[in-house]
Amino acid sequence: MLCIGEKLKSIWHFYADGFRNMTWGRSLWVLIILKLFFLFAVLRLFFFRPVLSGKSDGEKSDFVGTSLIERTEQVIDGK
Amino acid sequence: MVETTLIDWSRAQFALTACYHWVFVPLTLGLAVIMAVMETIYVVRKDEFWKKASQFWMKIFGINFAVGIATGLILEFEFGTNWSNYSWFVGDIFGAPLAIEGIIAFFMEATFVAVMFFGWDKVSRKFHLASTWLTGIGATISAFWILVANGWMQHPVGMEFNPDTVRNEMVDFWAVVTNPVAVTKFFHSVLSGWMTGAIVVIGISCWYLLRKRETRFALASIRVAAAVGIIGTFAVMFTGDRSGVHVARYQPMKLAAAEGLMDGGRRAPFSIVPGIEIPGMLSILATHDIDGYVPGINDLLDGYTDPDGNEHLSAEAKMYKGETALRAFRVYRKIKDKAPKAAAEVKKVLDGNMEYFGYGYIKDRNELVPNIWLVYWPFRIMVGLGGFLLLFMVTVLFFERRGKIADMKWLQRVALLSIPLVYLAGQAGWVVAEVGRQPWAIQDLLPVNAAISSLSAGAVKTTFFIFVAVFTLFLAIELNIMFKAIRKGPGVDEGQ
Repeated sequence: MLCIGEKLKSIWHFYADGFRNMTWGRSLWVLIILKLFFLFAVLRLFFFRPVLSGKSDGEKSDFVGTSLIERTEQVIDGK
Repeated sequence: MVETTLIDWSRAQFALTACYHWVFVPLTLGLAVIMAVMETIYVVRKDEFWKKASQFWMKIFGINFAVGIATGLILEFEFGTNWSNYSWFVGDIFGAPLAIEGIIAFFMEATFVAVMFFGWDKVSRKFHLASTWLTGIGATISAFWILVANGWMQHPVGMEFNPDTVRNEMVDFWAVVTNPVAVTKFFHSVLSGWMTGAIVVIGISCWYLLRKRETRFALASIRVAAAVGIIGTFAVMFTGDRSGVHVARYQPMKLAAAEGLMDGGRRAPFSIVPGIEIPGMLSILATHDIDGYVPGINDLLDGYTDPDGNEHLSAEAKMYKGETALRAFRVYRKIKDKAPKAAAEVKKVLDGNMEYFGYGYIKDRNELVPNIWLVYWPFRIMVGLGGFLLLFMVTVLFFERRGKIADMKWLQRVALLSIPLVYLAGQAGWVVAEVGRQPWAIQDLLPVNAAISSLSAGAVKTTFFIFVAVFTLFLAIELNIMFKAIRKGPGVDEGQ
């Protein structure tokens, strides 16, 4: 029986050897990394900042509650 | 006031991202089954040919998987930025399935995909086979949780709205998971992925036959793919039938729009194309009874009494109840801290009208009718192409079994043409499902004009065009890598 340390080591080697011996997979990994970089370092950072981020749960409730009520007023009171 | 252009651009952006995501998902789901079946044959027969055949389709699976990976994340970005009211309002109903999906996707797929690609000479044949199947099962389970979330938007169940937190809180996890709309949608979508995988495999195999190369591999692949595709298509038809009944029950406006049915009744006709109808067929599809009552768009707007004597409210009555719910919500939020007793009474009014909450945001009853053209035609495209593809796969299997397909150039060319058609059918299905439920982000509870964040339409427009450019680039790269791999071929027929 292998001890936990040896098991982890063999898992590590399994992945390391797999990545080392990759052929066509290398270009796919480059593509994946480029895509993740674009998603998180460009889109997330500059274009898709969550509107409610940085607020506590209470503040989020107030923010959305107020927004839903304002739109209520625009519709109901506008009639 | 929320600009119409903001809503339209946000919807267009979400649709673009979802359509792009759905380019990769069905092929992942379908190829996973086909390559696992091939590897099973290899393990049973111990024939190296089947190992190389499954390895080739794994390579195509890997390319598709790598480019498709994380495209779903963009949808989550859009929820947080463009649809923040919606994201908060859905509460943990949406968060829980998506969190489970994320964990399963990461652990199951990451573990077994690695064994599948790296483990050929390192683990036993049976362990490797189990990993290949588990890769497909992991992807399928991921799809289940996503479709649980989507099913809830189409038919919200198992929750209660809390006006203090402004969130829907899950009170019955089991009801959410076994939501009939979600379960049917799951099988319908996943099995349509089997069709996609089958048609892509048949198409690529026929390309080899046209080039007179890899013949044994191509014929074997066609045999497996056609069998998987035919099973998948029959199951898609069965689940499509169930889906029709659910839509009639829970989203009758979607069904009426998909049929362009203005005035309903018993023995409602099914429209093949405008002017050509099958009498009574829509009643059979919607209720499994030729005398079943199917309401039309006007019935749903004016209100009607069904043959069982149940009264269905008019659009105006629902809008009134929606207004009552929204007024109660507004008063409750104002007085809940100052006058808790009065607030409790107001909450009763809110609870009593909550099922019509979203109708309070509807200004004109015509807003409740989705774009008929955009639901009617995609439905016909989906069903028509589904029928054609079934016939095509049966034909392919028939001639393959008789050893004639290698010489049938016309059928091989049809196979190549069928690849874009199966994608068109899948995309059309989603257009029916999603455009058909407009104006609702969550059926009856939250229309898109309340779900959307207050952003500038210009910002959304900018990201829309960024997506168009980037998605096109990534798709071109994927196709380029995939075409290279296909041109290179599996190399299993050499020396034969």
